Amino acid sequence: MQANKDISIRVMPGTIHGIIGENGAGKSTLMSILYGFYRADAGEIFIRGKPTIIHDSQAAIRAGIGMVFQHFKLVQNFTVLENVILGVEEGMLLHPSLARARVALAQLAEEYALEVDPDALIEELSVGQLQRVEILKALYRHAEVLILDEPTGVLTPDEADHLFRILGNLREQGKTIILITHKLREIMEITDTVSVMRRGEMTATVKTSETSPEALAELMVGRKVLLDVTKGPANPGANVLEVENLRVIDADGVERVKGISFAIRAGEIFGIAGVSGNGQSELLKVLGGFQKATGTVRINGQEIDLSGHHSDGQTRRARGIAHVPEDRQHLGLIMDFTAWENLIFGYHNAPEYQSNALLMDNAGIIAEAARKLERFDVRPPSPMLPAKSFSGGNQQKLVLAREIERNPDLLLVGQPTRGVDIGAIEFIHKQIIALRDAGKAVLLVSVELDEILSMSDRIAVMFDGRIMGERDPEKTDQRELGLLMAGVGTEAA
Amino acid sequence: MMGRLPAWADVVLIPLMSIIAAFGISALVILYIGENPWEALKLMVDGALGSAYGWGYTLYYATNFMFTGLAVSIAFRASLFNIGGEGQAMLGGLGVAVVALALPWPHWTLALPAAMLGAIVFGAAWAAIPAWLQARRGSHIVITTMMFNFIGAALLNYVLVNILRPAGSMDPATARFPKGAHLPTLHDLPLIGSYFDKNTPANITLFVALAACVAVWYLLFRSRLGYAIRAFGKSESAAVYAGISPFRITMYVMLLSGGLSGMMAINNVMGEAERLVLNAVEGAGFIGIAVALMGRNHPFGVFLAALLFGFLYQGGAELGLWTTIPIELRTVVQALVILFTGALDNMMRMLVERIFALGHRRRAA
Repeated sequence: MQANKDISIRVMPGTIHGIIGENGAGKSTLMSILYGFYRADAGEIFIRGKPTIIHDSQAAIRAGIGMVFQHFKLVQNFTVLENVILGVEEGMLLHPSLARARVALAQLAEEYALEVDPDALIEELSVGQLQRVEILKALYRHAEVLILDEPTGVLTPDEADHLFRILGNLREQGKTIILITHKLREIMEITDTVSVMRRGEMTATVKTSETSPEALAELMVGRKVLLDVTKGPANPGANVLEVENLRVIDADGVERVKGISFAIRAGEIFGIAGVSGNGQSELLKVLGGFQKATGTVRINGQEIDLSGHHSDGQTRRARGIAHVPEDRQHLGLIMDFTAWENLIFGYHNAPEYQSNALLMDNAGIIAEAARKLERFDVRPPSPMLPAKSFSGGNQQKLVLAREIERNPDLLLVGQPTRGVDIGAIEFIHKQIIALRDAGKAVLLVSVELDEILSMSDRIAVMFDGRIMGERDPEKTDQRELGLLMAGVGTEAA
Repeated sequence: MMGRLPAWADVVLIPLMSIIAAFGISALVILYIGENPWEALKLMVDGALGSAYGWGYTLYYATNFMFTGLAVSIAFRASLFNIGGEGQAMLGGLGVAVVALALPWPHWTLALPAAMLGAIVFGAAWAAIPAWLQARRGSHIVITTMMFNFIGAALLNYVLVNILRPAGSMDPATARFPKGAHLPTLHDLPLIGSYFDKNTPANITLFVALAACVAVWYLLFRSRLGYAIRAFGKSESAAVYAGISPFRITMYVMLLSGGLSGMMAINNVMGEAERLVLNAVEGAGFIGIAVALMGRNHPFGVFLAALLFGFLYQGGAELGLWTTIPIELRTVVQALVILFTGALDNMMRMLVERIFALGHRRRAA
């Protein structure tokens, strides 16, 4: 397959150039070519007008290209300084290199307002600081062009603002920055120029000041997209889920959830915001039946077992809890299974899927799967294809189709649109809201604040295993939620 | 990712190329020791397939390998590497012997189901301990099943010498099974009997093995348990999300696997030797691993691979009989087949994928 087709892109020095596109549009392939991970089958790269051949990452570094990956490549038990010189040590002894790096780092920190303690261990740093270390690493290697791949995915809004200030400084000092993202807001906020990719092609390159989010979305998807979620007022009924004083201690003995309480009513979407890793995942696992916990959880007034023999995914499903997990590739789907096999996953013991005591009704299941694929607009709608051959958005639709079609009382949804293309996001949001309007309770966990704000009827913010507070989406904003997400708040519940 | 292969290339072409490569290198080895590889191949084919006698032995060995191959495959489907087939088949033999010697069986139709049950229970029990250790204590099943082969051999030795050996006998073996426990050989059967030699050990167990292939296929691809086994094997984390218990699947799968290994004893202990001797399994448990690898863990593939290994086993024995080629060459050929179909499978796959990708590009251009 061609991941990149005839792409021409011209990045001007001293600018921030955004590259936006859906998953699988070819952004990462393009950047991997620039950084020497892949080789293009045809075409040339010019740096300052000179044709340059980049056959590996060393060549990229020599050409002045630095890369900040989405997943940091740092050695956990090394200090910042040691990480910075890793791979560019000189001479037999470490000390001279470290001393040189210390001076250089101090200079860089001053020049670009990139302050990080050079003697701190990597494992002690926050995510935002780790990212700064990655940037420092690139600058220490004299990078003139800095490529950042989805840099804000793991940051709080505050940390993202800080990153953008750093990027602004770098631009002022004449560095060139290529920012890969799928978030339209970031593109509008910080870039000078933006290139849009779709299906391996560069569909447009425009000045950011001359475009709008709506226009960019249309360029990305190829049709008009509704960016705002439209939903009517909620009609909440009786409590479906009641959680009291829930605590989770994980396998390493770390307390992940530190006594939280909340309730969700029928016909409402309860959103939980927070930076990932603050206990939201564990909460979903407890409710989904594959994490032990203490405390009380009631569904429709009846208590459920949190640690005993009757605490597993099967019994949870029997009680009317459906779960769209955060990690669809490792939890929600079996990637090697076909679509039809995945569409009964977790419900494979249901009597309607059996043709007799011994055998499953495969033919019936496949026929039903075809109808579900149709209803949920999964493309291509062929039940015999393995899950791995669907795009991220269509994989997510497979999971949603399976869970929503069982007509649950409570739907747990984790990161419903992570890695999902804009066109599918709209559809997925509509399905969740339709379930709410049908009088079901929805627990939505997302790290995307926009999503939480536009979807939820009530919002709770989790930080460090606690609920920092509950807000009405009509009466709060990104700023206030961002502060709560960073642990700055008055009312800890 | 490279272009995906059509199913026929994956299922037929790659194993075929692997076998040809293995035979090619075997030919070089034969040349090196100063024999004619072409003559050797002819002798092998002739010895394994050329006569009613050869056929009988080939099918007898293939029956053993079907059971152990299925046993390894079903465990593989759950991502469990059961290399204890050898020990489980040994214990299965003990189960068969205990049942066969317990009663003066009036007819084989009664003795066979009872002996099958004995084989299954003993084989499954021998797999159950490593399974439990893996599921509850996290002891790696590769290590434990391997060790249980040795424990099994020692246990069998003890039981044969001290308990089951008839008084006065010098041989560490049980007494002969009663006449009523004699299984009909293929020669004894109506219609097909004339195609088989009177002196070959292939017996009615072949049909039990074929039925086992079909049953395992239904289990894996048509039943709830098979669905859960395959889901667990593909992704344990997802299985847990779905409420599939890793403990239960590990136990069920290993019981099934051990039971299938144990069933082999119907063929070699009850059908052929008609008494239990010390080294009755003769490495069939390990060959089951190769059969499963080559058969892509699919019951039908296991059936074909078992036939191939039956051919290698019998043909190799003929080589040792009629030429100066040592019988150990049989092991060399088998090892090469295992090496190419198992360990070097990806090498062959990459080659074939590259060839296919080239074809695609040419067509696209």
